[in-house]
Amino acid sequence: MDALIQFFQEQGSTLALKTWEHLYISLIAVLLGILVAVPVGILLTRFERAADTVIRIISIIQTFPSLAILAFFIPILGVGKVPAIVALFFYSMLPILRNTYIGIKNTDKNLLEAGRGMGMTNAQLIFSVELPLAIPVIMAGIRVSTVYLIGWATLASFVGAGGLGDFIFDGLNLYQPELILAGAIPSTILALLADFILGRIETKLTPTTRSAQQETA
Amino acid sequence: MLTFENVTKIYSGNKKAVNNLNLEIEKGEFICFIGPSGCGKTTSMKMVNRLIEPTEGRILIDGKDIMKQNRVQMRREIGYVIQQIGLFPHMTISENITLVPKLLQWSKDNRRERAKELIKLVNLPEEYLDRYPQELSGGQQQRIGVLRALASNPPLILMDEPFGALDPITRDGLQEEFKNLQRKLGKTIVFVTHDMDEAIKLADRIVIMRDGEIVQVDTPDEILRNPANEFVESFIGKERLIQTRPDVKTVGQIMNKIPATVHKEETLSTAIQRMKEKRVDSLLVIGEDQTLEGYIDVEDIEENRKKSTLVGEIVETELYRVKEDSLIRDTIQKMLRRHTKYVPVVDDDNRLKGIVTRATLADLVYESIWGDEDDN
Repeated sequence: MDALIQFFQEQGSTLALKTWEHLYISLIAVLLGILVAVPVGILLTRFERAADTVIRIISIIQTFPSLAILAFFIPILGVGKVPAIVALFFYSMLPILRNTYIGIKNTDKNLLEAGRGMGMTNAQLIFSVELPLAIPVIMAGIRVSTVYLIGWATLASFVGAGGLGDFIFDGLNLYQPELILAGAIPSTILALLADFILGRIETKLTPTTRSAQQETA
Repeated sequence: MLTFENVTKIYSGNKKAVNNLNLEIEKGEFICFIGPSGCGKTTSMKMVNRLIEPTEGRILIDGKDIMKQNRVQMRREIGYVIQQIGLFPHMTISENITLVPKLLQWSKDNRRERAKELIKLVNLPEEYLDRYPQELSGGQQQRIGVLRALASNPPLILMDEPFGALDPITRDGLQEEFKNLQRKLGKTIVFVTHDMDEAIKLADRIVIMRDGEIVQVDTPDEILRNPANEFVESFIGKERLIQTRPDVKTVGQIMNKIPATVHKEETLSTAIQRMKEKRVDSLLVIGEDQTLEGYIDVEDIEENRKKSTLVGEIVETELYRVKEDSLIRDTIQKMLRRHTKYVPVVDDDNRLKGIVTRATLADLVYESIWGDEDDN
């Protein structure tokens, strides 16, 4: 207990800063991932033939060792937060893209035909039928992505991006297990927290299909 | 109001789904497209709102070529109902019903007003407007599906087997309800089905299709009465033909043209002789020029053989007779009611043309049921 108090006294502000950096790197990467992967995923449902190829390429990127990717961006983007965010962004793509694609693609064909037959435009179909109905699947992709990214973001410290990874690497170098824990535990908590919050957002975004009256009944 | 002009649809692989379709549909008409699967009925219907575009030919709505109109705009002016109902699960009933008005940018109040108006048409309570589709039964859902097509009051409605997925009892009720609704609102309806009962029940005219071509277009009555060919006949089904045959055929078509007769100037012994030959117990008595005088039966001869010698002296003139163009149904009913064994058939001048006996009726029923199999 004393050790813990002592740790917070000595490293408290550093911990807060590192946690913030960590969160910041992961969230920016996920946000970029959503911004790119969701539209691309929707687009792919319109170009079925390209879909397979694109998803395969992104799956291959996913299999690259994360350290290698991070290192790979150093000559191009230098060190610091930018290469870390870019690398993590690539990682976030796959789950979001794949889930968006599958979610949209699995929309009941009858609904699309009914909508189209009644005179909905392509955009209206996407925004008022396909996207709302695919929300649970897309959000699942985003949650998976976010949780992974928060874990992987510890490696960002390797390219000088900071974050909770700094503690872990210091701990490794100095052979101080408590420092490793100081990095690992907050990062785990962050991941759990993010998943929880995203779950709430998912519930909020998922369109209702039952009236309140029936729910209580 | 809806015209198909030489419309052909060729899918990739040179398969002709619809071949040179020509059809003119009047305003307010209820048209059923019917045929086996793959006959092109659905394709024909979907070409009207351009969910499928024709390869050749033109489709005109009120004289305007649909290919020259804005596709989206045009669809909003045509009601559309699909078999799988296709209500949006994340929208309330009210939102579902007024989807097209929303696309047409009606105000919120107008839309709500319209939804209330519409739900009354199908006798569902107004509370349902705020429920979601999955909280309704299948039959209720399809009622909403129909209302959705009516929402912006389009003159033309396309329906793709709308009652196909419902259980028979619900379907029956809904057909009834919908037919009344259609009469009341005067909509032009293009209705695709594979159920002949449904088509007969609903349609003003039925379009029977096979292999992308029209086989017959006519009113249900006319199709039942005069099927264009064997395909139509088999498609209508034997049971239905039996039901209709007595209604549509005339006596002249089924009567026995060589009845057992005796001339009024002939002797009773000749009459007895003829009865024995023909194995009957009564004879029709004819006079000059085949005029029907009456009948004699074996008992009359027995009673009178001592007193009289000529048939004409004892002929029984009280005889029920029918004309050649009488309906079989009526004739059967009369025969049964009067307990007569036969009815002579005469022309306008009372000349004997033939006879309908109970045996004739037995033949008729036999043919309706087993006649086709004998041909094979």
